[in-house]
Amino acid sequence: MELLLVILIGLLYASGIFMMLRRSMVKLIIGLILLGNGANMLIFLLGRIVKGKPPLIESSAKMLTEIYADPVPQALILTAIVISFGLQSFAIILVKRAYKITDTDDLDELNTTDEIYE
Amino acid sequence: MNNPYIILPVIFQLFTAVLLLFFWFRVNAQRLITIICSLVSLGIAIWLLKEVYQNGILTMQAGGWKAPFGITFVADVFSATMVLLTAIAGMAVAVFSTGSIRNARLKFGYFPILNFLLMGLNGAFLTGDIFNLYVWFEIIIIASFVLITIGGEKAQIEGAIKYVTMNLLASAIFLTAIAILYGLAGSLNMADLSEQVAQIENRGLVNVVAILFLVGFGIKSAIFPLYFWLPASYHTPPPAISAIFGGLLTKVGVYALLRIFTLIFVPDAFLSNLLIVLAAMTILSGGLGAILQVNMRKIFSYLIVCHIGFMIAGLGIYTELALVGAIFYLIHDIIVKTNLFLISGLIFKLKGTLNIEKLGGIYKKYPKFSLLMAIPLFSLVGIPPLSGFWAKLFLIQGSYLEGQYTLIGFILLGSFLTLWVIAKLWSEVFWKDAKDLPKKINVKYFKELKPLKQWAMVIPIVLLAATSLYIGLAAEHIILLSKQIAAELINPSAYIEAVLGSKTTTP
Repeated sequence: MELLLVILIGLLYASGIFMMLRRSMVKLIIGLILLGNGANMLIFLLGRIVKGKPPLIESSAKMLTEIYADPVPQALILTAIVISFGLQSFAIILVKRAYKITDTDDLDELNTTDEIYE
Repeated sequence: MNNPYIILPVIFQLFTAVLLLFFWFRVNAQRLITIICSLVSLGIAIWLLKEVYQNGILTMQAGGWKAPFGITFVADVFSATMVLLTAIAGMAVAVFSTGSIRNARLKFGYFPILNFLLMGLNGAFLTGDIFNLYVWFEIIIIASFVLITIGGEKAQIEGAIKYVTMNLLASAIFLTAIAILYGLAGSLNMADLSEQVAQIENRGLVNVVAILFLVGFGIKSAIFPLYFWLPASYHTPPPAISAIFGGLLTKVGVYALLRIFTLIFVPDAFLSNLLIVLAAMTILSGGLGAILQVNMRKIFSYLIVCHIGFMIAGLGIYTELALVGAIFYLIHDIIVKTNLFLISGLIFKLKGTLNIEKLGGIYKKYPKFSLLMAIPLFSLVGIPPLSGFWAKLFLIQGSYLEGQYTLIGFILLGSFLTLWVIAKLWSEVFWKDAKDLPKKINVKYFKELKPLKQWAMVIPIVLLAATSLYIGLAAEHIILLSKQIAAELINPSAYIEAVLGSKTTTP
């Protein structure tokens, strides 16, 4: 399971960066989404994957003594998913506006703000 | 010491923003509320700094969950100072906006978003939890995305694409770093991490995480070679928005670097050298970029990059003296850079362009304004006794004691390049004789504004210039403050003890 996740995370990061480096604006958004998902999976993996051991304390005990599934990474991922959802929807609308105004999908043509004499 | 009121700067900004939402189309009411509330938040920030300076570090455990399990808010002198600077810059920009931002933009929620941005900044400065820091960063960037695109001009959208992409990438890298750090240390509380990370045996992996944090915050604070998005985007929105971006957004990255690299990852020889090299290259590339530009706001954007290098240099040397220099520079830079962008906004309203080759004759026509604008421009260069001078003095002294002679060369070169750029700017914009420019139809000139709006644009510049003068002429106070901050950063045991409680009670 861990090995599968490691490969999946590597693929998500690699393809995310690759898509961001392409010239199309739509691919840029796809790249950002893949990268965000890769980061979320990484939190999940590095929080240690434990199967069938919920972090519930018996009423007689005071603390957990056995290995248990850490709930913190899941809370972190949930937060990160919600945030990236908001940011990605903003980015999609931005790209749509940019396409409408500049009439191009090519990121290399968005260079007027870099020129010395605009 | 526990004090729940330290969260007040965040809560009050949230309250202001929500209150403003109720006055969506009534822009005059929004103007009034923003000015009043920014004055109140300035008062709160002054109270917080006074309280922290007298009583030591204050903490708040959210929901009563004890650190390191809950989310902790910590106000030490560094945080409180940053909150105060945010309040000063925020107030100046809010007042300036009431005069300079058009009603069309105000009707799309400019003021509420500005206050959400300030809330995010205050939160980032006050939090003591690394994942919470990530959340505040996201609040800052989503608010800044809206501000940079509000109005939707072509240049704004083009700049925003670069700005949004780089910031989202930085956030993803930051999140990756947090994931690995949590896997390594099993904690998110920064004070707890400080102790946990020191005990990890796998130093290689710790350095990898440190570099990931450096890259993530490096993009946000625009250090070499990750700064290209800044000069491409900061000159596109209206000047008031550029002012808050230039003054505070890159500095929150620097704040995070200073915090993380003193508390959690103490720089070893490799990291220290890396930071020094990056600082030198940042100074060089920002300075050389500024010489080439003709648009005034682009010149200032490159100067932001150049001067970020000074602060990173102070962190790289990592002695108390160098950190005093870096923090003094941070305090001076926030005030001056905010003021410079406000000045560019005023000049645009006077002349209708920011191209320094077309501008000219401002000294002849507006001598009082020119004298006013001279204060921040020459503070930036660091002409003694103005504010930039003292910070550089400490930085150079700090690097001299550590034998970093090359770095001294770069700091002097950076100062010299700044001097060159400002001298060029001064002679082109203020002294050169220029023909009257053709009137532009879509620009609302300063003369055409109502007197109240004219005052709203001039008063913040006067206030910030006065603050700059205070920092320069009463440098003793700021030096004392910076010295205390630097001492706390170098020796974080007080911070750790304030958050986790003293060692004897919690074994």
